Amino acid sequence: MSMPTYKVIGTRPVRHDGADKVTGRAIYGADVQLAGMLHGYVLRSPHAHARILRIDTGKAQAFPGVMAVVTADDFPRTPDRIVDLGEGETPLSCVRGNMLARGKVLYRGHAIAAVAAVNMHVAEEAASLIEVDYEPLACALTAPDAMRADAPVIHGSLRMKELGAPTDTPGNVAEHFRHVKGDIEKGFAEADLIVEREFDTATVHQGYIEPQNATALWNNDGRVLIWCSTQGAFVVRDVTACVLDLPVSQVKVTPTEIGGGFGGKIPVYLEPVAAMLSKKTGRPVKIVMSRKDVFEATGPTPGSHMKVKIGARKDGRITAAQAYLAFEAGAYPGAMVGPAGMTVFAAYDLEHVTIDGYDVVVNKPSTAAYRAPGAPNAAFATESVVDELAQKLGIDPIEFRLKNAAKEGTRRADGPKFRKIGCVEVLEAMKNSPHYKTPLQGPNRGRGVALGFWFNVGLPSSCTISVNSDGTVNLVEGSTDIGGTRTSIAMQAAEVLGIAAEAVQPTVVDTDSVGFTAVTGGSRTTFATGWAAYEAAQDVMRQLKERAAKLWETEAAGVEAAGGVFRSGDRSMSFAELAARLGETGGPVVGRGAVNPRGVGGSFAGSIADVEVDPETGKTTILRFTCVQDAGKAIHPSYVEGQMQGGSVQGIGWALNEEYWMSEQGAMMNSSLLDYRMPTSLDLPMIETCIVEVPNPGHPFGVRGVGEANIVPPAAAVANAVCHAAGVRLFRLPMNPPAIMEALWKPGGKSSQLVPRNP
Amino acid sequence: MQRKVHVRTTINNQAVEFLCEPRQSLLECLRDIVGLTGTKEGCNDGNCGSCTVVLDDRIVTSCLVLGVEAEGRKITTIEGIAAGNQLHRLQQAFLTNAALQCGICTPGFIVAAKALLDSEPNPDEERIRLWLAGNLCRCTGYDKIVRAVSECAREAKA
Ligand code: FES
Ligand code: FES
Repeated sequence: MSMPTYKVIGTRPVRHDGADKVTGRAIYGADVQLAGMLHGYVLRSPHAHARILRIDTGKAQAFPGVMAVVTADDFPRTPDRIVDLGEGETPLSCVRGNMLARGKVLYRGHAIAAVAAVNMHVAEEAASLIEVDYEPLACALTAPDAMRADAPVIHGSLRMKELGAPTDTPGNVAEHFRHVKGDIEKGFAEADLIVEREFDTATVHQGYIEPQNATALWNNDGRVLIWCSTQGAFVVRDVTACVLDLPVSQVKVTPTEIGGGFGGKIPVYLEPVAAMLSKKTGRPVKIVMSRKDVFEATGPTPGSHMKVKIGARKDGRITAAQAYLAFEAGAYPGAMVGPAGMTVFAAYDLEHVTIDGYDVVVNKPSTAAYRAPGAPNAAFATESVVDELAQKLGIDPIEFRLKNAAKEGTRRADGPKFRKIGCVEVLEAMKNSPHYKTPLQGPNRGRGVALGFWFNVGLPSSCTISVNSDGTVNLVEGSTDIGGTRTSIAMQAAEVLGIAAEAVQPTVVDTDSVGFTAVTGGSRTTFATGWAAYEAAQDVMRQLKERAAKLWETEAAGVEAAGGVFRSGDRSMSFAELAARLGETGGPVVGRGAVNPRGVGGSFAGSIADVEVDPETGKTTILRFTCVQDAGKAIHPSYVEGQMQGGSVQGIGWALNEEYWMSEQGAMMNSSLLDYRMPTSLDLPMIETCIVEVPNPGHPFGVRGVGEANIVPPAAAVANAVCHAAGVRLFRLPMNPPAIMEALWKPGGKSSQLVPRNP
Repeated sequence: MQRKVHVRTTINNQAVEFLCEPRQSLLECLRDIVGLTGTKEGCNDGNCGSCTVVLDDRIVTSCLVLGVEAEGRKITTIEGIAAGNQLHRLQQAFLTNAALQCGICTPGFIVAAKALLDSEPNPDEERIRLWLAGNLCRCTGYDKIVRAVSECAREAKA
């Protein structure tokens, strides 16, 4: 099948919001300034687990410059129910409890009270005067600890869901699920070689550079107006309305520009609190988190404890695979262990599989999605075991994966059957990449590869397009733009309309001004909102054909359009010429698109990493790195590459450095960007990219969505590279210098195998 | 509340006066008092570089400078990089190289990179990476940022 040829798709126009973002004009959440605005500050728990005996806000209320103080008691106590958080459902009590603690604090950094004052310094000073008496309780900080029979119980009311059914079992395990395919015992009996390993990964943070923020005005007409940087304005609207017990129509959310999210800006932390402060003061209130608050009270992604066992025959065919996944949910249920279970073996076509997943609450911040949530943890385990099998069987690691690769028709253990996918194509592209074809030379160096899958999501999106008399169009959409999606959406409309990308002016609007649009997340924005734009553009074209027919006094069915030119017989007219004549043919033309697409196409990505391990310090240097990913169809290749490079580097940080250092009392010891060390420009080489295009049959242009799959394999690829460089395999992330030195020097370690730096 | 101090300074070649509390950082003064919100706050403790501005002839993280220290000095912020309607070539290079995704780090990177090119027109990749190591970007993996700056360095050479 030959690929269709496009005029706009696949080109690299300058993004529409570019000038604003390189000149400092773009308005992000913290930049919002309203007349009479007050500043809010949130008081947070110093304990990881404690009963709240008393909160006395009297002194803070009396402090000069303070206008209001709120605690959980100021919020309506509507009965509990399930609310949609944008990427999953959760009880309202958890959302509410996480926003302001009631009765107990469940992690250090848990919000207790909030103050609004004339400026942030006064608010902070006043907050320190709030008296809180705590009864500290023992805490559980990791999944294995929290699962012990004698572990402190974090939620007295929590009962485990076992294989989909409620039980009476109390404790910290919120859910245990199992996926079974085939007969695991039979599968292992057929294996010539079985490798079984245990893995741990530390809690890591999304690390967006812009802290969470919210500005709210409880207006005199009763409506609540909110400005914030969020991945989902409609999620903020709906959750805020729920918490404040208002109809959704009483809340209007205006999404500002957003400084990164990666899943961490889906949850709602501040907006209802700012709104309540505004209600009490009659003035707008802005709250901006400090970086410490961001680390201690937002995000992170689950730490995990995993066991993976895989058996293979001598010829390299996998006979059985089994996984045990225990993920830390943080303070409230909802660890991303479900997606980990869906992706852990998804790259392989397997007959016998068993996957057990456990969602475990611990005394850490309530976890949030982080780019392909759950999948990088799971891939670290699976891809390390796969690498070891290939190595022991003497098979090239890419060939080994090709022998087992998932393809169209493969049924995953969790149920779905793959439609057309690009797993084999990604592996072939890795094999044929300049990187893989160039042998790696030199002492203490190693190369690792890994493969990863993310299923991507669809969800609803809306869009309208109105035609201007100068031949351009205005496109209105509801997906906040975190990485150039205004342009990738506009380009799909431009392709349909036959006009230039620059002739489409995209605007992201508030929740009053566009139909429901789900979060910017799940790699869905270019896929689903792009599809809404495609539909809206089709609608415009239908109407424009009618207008041309009117002018030409013919039937609309006889009018054809291609490349921005309308034709009927020997008459023709450009898009711009027709646009100039809308007034005389019936008035404005507005197209609409509203979709809830089903045809989501999962994406595969592969990483190739060359590393050098310093035998004296244990420091790992990334020498070369390649990311290969199936985009389905790359709408704007530069921004697709950008996603691949960004995800790869986050994965490298996860692999080598990033970690929440927790004290035994549950305090994060490294809650600054100095001590929580994310990769800098100096830590990295250029990140080579190879875009594979296996069109998604479920999208008009074949788009799959590219935001996430790229972060799945890097940590495993780096781990495999470290193993080949240093001769020791590490089973815990991060693989920082102390961890590598420990592995090298422990009995049976390979310290002697490495070549000293200065012999 | 603390007594305010009168500060006379020059921002983007314009004389500016403002009143601030002694404890307020230059970043806070620029954003909340002067209204120049192009300079961003990512950490408020000197570790992310989003708040980078030029103070006299050096780049500083404005969250670690007090507003009162601006007295009598010259400040350049992201709002002062373009010449009127004309984007600086670095700004242009960031656009054509797709060197920004969310864009929150971009003002800091552009101010820092311009300071590099102003003092060293032809830095190589290693030098660019070292110079920009104080600016964190979580979205791009730095590849396209380094390319954009390298492109401007090459132009300077040509
Ligand atoms: S805000 Fe100043 S360095 Fe981060
Ligand atoms: S573009 Fe988002 S932090 Fe750099």
